[in-house]
Formats: sequence, structure tokens, C-alpha cells
Amino acid sequence: MSEATTDKGRRDFIVVATNTMMAVGAAAVVYPLIDQMNPAADTLALASIEVNIAGITEGQAITVKWRGKPVFIRHRTADEIQTAAAANMDDLRDPQVDGDRVQKPELLVIEGICTHLGCVPLGQKIGEVKGDYNGWFCPCHGSHYDTSGRIRKGPAPTNLGVPPYEFISDSVIKIG
Amino acid sequence: MQMQNFKNPVVNWIDHRLPVFSFMHHELNEYPTPKNLSYLWNLGSLAGFALVMMIATGIILAMHYTPHVDHAFASVERIMRDVNHGWLIRYIHMNGASFFFIVVYIHIFRGLYYGSYKAPRELLWILGVMILLLMMATAFMGYVLPWGQMSFWGATVITNLFSAIPFIGESIVVWLWGGFSVDNPTLSRFFALHYLMPFMIVGVVLLHIIALHRFGSNNPLGIDVSGKQDTIPFHPYYTSKDLFGLVVFLTIFASAVFFYPNFLGHPDNYIPANPLQTPAHIVPEWYFLPFYAILRAIPDKLGGVLFMFGAIAVLFVLPWLDKSPVRSGRFRPIFKVFFWLLFADCILLGYLGAKPAEGIYVVLSRLATAWYFFHFLLVLPVLSLIERTRPLPQSISAPIIGGMAMAGAAAKREKPDA
Ligand code: HEM
Ligand code: FES
Repeated sequence: MSEATTDKGRRDFIVVATNTMMAVGAAAVVYPLIDQMNPAADTLALASIEVNIAGITEGQAITVKWRGKPVFIRHRTADEIQTAAAANMDDLRDPQVDGDRVQKPELLVIEGICTHLGCVPLGQKIGEVKGDYNGWFCPCHGSHYDTSGRIRKGPAPTNLGVPPYEFISDSVIKIG
Repeated sequence: MQMQNFKNPVVNWIDHRLPVFSFMHHELNEYPTPKNLSYLWNLGSLAGFALVMMIATGIILAMHYTPHVDHAFASVERIMRDVNHGWLIRYIHMNGASFFFIVVYIHIFRGLYYGSYKAPRELLWILGVMILLLMMATAFMGYVLPWGQMSFWGATVITNLFSAIPFIGESIVVWLWGGFSVDNPTLSRFFALHYLMPFMIVGVVLLHIIALHRFGSNNPLGIDVSGKQDTIPFHPYYTSKDLFGLVVFLTIFASAVFFYPNFLGHPDNYIPANPLQTPAHIVPEWYFLPFYAILRAIPDKLGGVLFMFGAIAVLFVLPWLDKSPVRSGRFRPIFKVFFWLLFADCILLGYLGAKPAEGIYVVLSRLATAWYFFHFLLVLPVLSLIERTRPLPQSISAPIIGGMAMAGAAAKREKPDA
């Protein structure tokens, strides 16, 4: 074929079209190979848990396991509720009023996973350090949380998460 | 490559069709090597030895190990107590990782001091940094396998580093875990990758050696080989020197394996993993401590992660930060001082990484981190502009025979007279 009869534009079109289809095909093959690492169906089908809270006396806290992680449930004292509610929003790294983090002020339900790099903060058991704000203290890199589980000091960027939960009765909550 | 004529006819027959013997002769036997290499040049072959040792012991461990959260810890204890010589093989693998890092770190500081990263060895250096990264990933995942407390919490903290990435961070972490926390899917994929990565290291090591043999080794003077009189054949001179170094290494290594096998480890890792309880004081393995100190020095999550990876990233671009045409620190009086300051800084960072993140330790970590980056990003570029270097010898042979080197004189010197 001589140069003159070659239609450059049509040739380019074929090349571009072929390459595009190849890229689409490659992406279609790569996607399942990558996505297989995401949580499998059985991992996603996580049952929720029910927790009896009647036995938690004022000032006491328990830890339950939900989705493989600890959830802190603390029956707060009047004093703790008071300081949590009184916090000045300007002092908070991740401003949130205490009222938005609880359904009943005396019962705080939060994920016990430090939002820095995922350690379990101390402060649940009697005698453990609770940090400068009398809530929780993460020993890994020194994050301090207040009595509402909000980050006050240290490297963690956000407040301890609040898992979805509902009151089934006055003494039982369902998490998840 | 020149074809070799071997005495053995079978070898010759094969070599004619598949020139592996010529290749080996060329690269490992006659391979011309600068004659002034010090013992610091032993560390490369030692690292190669350590890699082979890790693969051999690792494959044996894999024959007895069970990658499941309910069985992993017990299977490692079974290796320690019931499997014939299992304790020995596991202790070699466990301490082998530490010694591999010791060797590689010395190897890297050797390169830093003698300017081995400078032209024309930039790619050789970059391949080396890639090996370091792969080693870190491999060792990190290996440490998760015994599923002790440190395994679990180390895995949690390190995978969570990726959650610092804006927007997609959380999804990446869930993807890495295959769930909502470090759990069985995480353990089994880490095992698969821990098996794979050492072989990827082997691949990069081969490229590293191809790049090395293109221009040959650097040397303590940092000047180019000027001719045959500056080199000696690799075999028997450096094969025997490397073997001697290996014996010394193995003596020290065996003392650790037999007498202090848990010295570098952490007792908490003999407690089975408990997802509800973080140990009061979590520390990574010693070889990660300097990087861990940098991570904690920055009071911001994303910032800490960026600086930590940045500490390695600066090594990748080092050949373009230090532009001084003189390679060896021997002829760079100011550089030499800063080199030792950097060395001390890295040791200090390692020390701080093992300390709790509070009080004076935080302040010191910040200063040491600042110094690390100051060294690479400011000191080196500025020094390459203003430093007055000492005069370089004319050739590798010259300093030995008194500066008046001539090719003939140097060659003569190779046979000791009398
Ligand atoms: C670059 C080379 C390698 C490095 C740096 C490395 C590092 C490590 C480390 C640090 C551990 C934890 C040891 C402990 O504390 O118990 C480990 C465990 C393990 N490694 Fe490797 N490894 C390497 C190669 C391999 C290879 C090639 C295999 C082959 C499958 C392997 C299989 C295992 C197994 C089964 C364990 C769990 C048993 C145990 O914890 O002792 N490793 N590795
Ligand atoms: S994980 Fe809690 S401070 Fe780092």
C-alpha cells in the first residue's frame, strides 16, 4: 500500500479504539482481583448484639465486643455528665456537644478504638489511668479523651466513634 | 561476555549451549574488584546470605505453621516444643530477621559515608532502598504470624496508618483487613504475602547486582578504578574475605540464637492476641524504632505518617540532594562531621522510639526528627556547594606507593618484592 492511499485518521482510530478496549478489559479483570480483599459476605453479615445494662452501676463501665472491636459502655456520674456538657466548643478538636453523643445522658456508648491508630484506650477498669480529662487515655501515643469520649489532647484526629444502637427496653440495648 | 574454555568437557558442552558457567566465571571469579575494599564491603554478601537463610528457615516453618487466628499461636508453640529442632529453626528465623536488618543498616551507612549512591550508581542505590522497603513489609507481616499481643497490636497500629489518607483512607484500611478489625482474613493474607515477598526481594537483589556489576564496587577512596593495576579478581581474594566475614557473622549470630534468643524480642508476644486489651506499652521491633519515633514526633495523624514515609523517600532522591563530585567522606572534612551526627541522630531516634510518648521524650523526638530531615534536605545540598574537599589521590594504587603512581610501578607492586 502506498503512503497516499493510507488513511491516517482511520488508522489512528483503530489503534485508539483497540487500546481503549484493552484497557477496559484489563480493568474488568483487575477489579475482582482487588475487590476480593474487601470484607467477604459472611464478614459483612455481622449480627448485632444485645447488652443488658441494668447491672452497670453509676460510675462503672463495661466493655463488650462488637464487630471484633471493643465497645465501651459507661454509666456516667452526675459530675461526669456535667463536665462533658460544660465543655467549651472552642477547646475541642472535633467539636460536638455531649447531647449529640448520647441517647440518655447517663449512658455513654462509644467504640473503644482510638481514632489515631486503633489501640484500645485505658480508663475502663478501676485504677487505670484516665488521662488529663478524666475519660480515657490511649497509651500507644498519648491521646486524652474526655468523659464524652471526645479527643482533647494528643495525636488522634477525631472523637471516639458512637456505634448505632437503640434501647430495646430500659435495661437492654441493641448495638448494630 | 567472553566465552570461557573449561577443562571439564561436560561443563564445556553445556556452556556452549547455555553459557551459565561463563557467566558465573565472569561475574564471580574473574570479576575485577577494587583492591582497597575494607571489611565494610563484606555486608553485601552477608545480606545475601541472610536472605537465603530466611527463605530456607521460613519455608520449613511454613510446613508446621497454621495461619488461623484460633491456631496460629498454638502452632508456633508447637514448633517450639514438639517439632523436631523446631525451636532452633524458629529462633534462627526470628533472630535472623534482626541480624538481616543489622547487616543491611550497616551496608546502608557504608553507602552513605562513601557516597556509593552517586553517579553512576544512582539506580543501584534506588534498588537498594526498594529492597529495604520490601524487607520492612516482609518483616512486619512475619511478626504478625505468631499472633501474640505485639503481633496483633503492631498489625492494628501499622495498618491504621493508612487511615490517615484523606477521603479513601478508611476504605483502604477495611480493604487491607478484609473486615472491620485485624482478624482472620488479615492473618491469612499476611501469611500469603509474607511467603511471596522474600522472593520479590530475590528479584530486586538480582537487579541490584546487575547494576553493581555494570560499574563495579565503589571503594573507600571513592575514586574510579583507573586500570587493571587498581583491581584484583573477585576469586580467590574477595571470596575468601567474604567467607571470613561470614564466619565472624555466624559466630555472633549463633551466640544470639543459642544464648539470648529472646533478647531482641518482646515478652508480650508470648501472650496470645487479645483484641480487647492493648498492652500498656506497645513497641515495634527494634529495626522500626527510628521510624516509629518520627511517626510519634508529629502531633498530627496524617503529618506523622507523611514524615515517616518521607524518611525513606529522602533516601530515594539522595543522589540528587548530595551533588558533591567527591564520593568518599574521607576527603570531605565537614561532611564527615555531619555524617556522624546523622548516625548519632538515627541511634537517638531508635532510643526514643522505645520510650513512652510523653514529656522530654516528645521534645527530643521532635528535635531528632527535625535534624534527620535538616541533614538530607539542607545540609547535604548546601555542603555540595560550599565545602572545600581535600585533594583526591590520583589512583587507588597511588596512596599506597606514595602519590607518584604510574601504571607500571603499581602493577609491579602486586607481587611482593622479596
Ligand atoms: C526477607 C526474608 C524474611 C524476613 C525478614 C522474615 C521475617 C519474619 C519475622 C520477623 C517473623 C516473626 C518471628 C517471630 O517473632 O516469631 C517471621 C515469622 C514467620 N515467617 Fe518469615 N521472614 C522472611 C522470609 C520468610 C519466608 C520465605 C517464609 C516462607 C514461607 C517465611 C515464613 C514464616 C513463618 C511460617 C513464620 C511464623 C512462625 C514464627 O513466628 O516463627 N518467612 N518471619
Ligand atoms: S493509637 Fe491511640 S494515640 Fe495512637
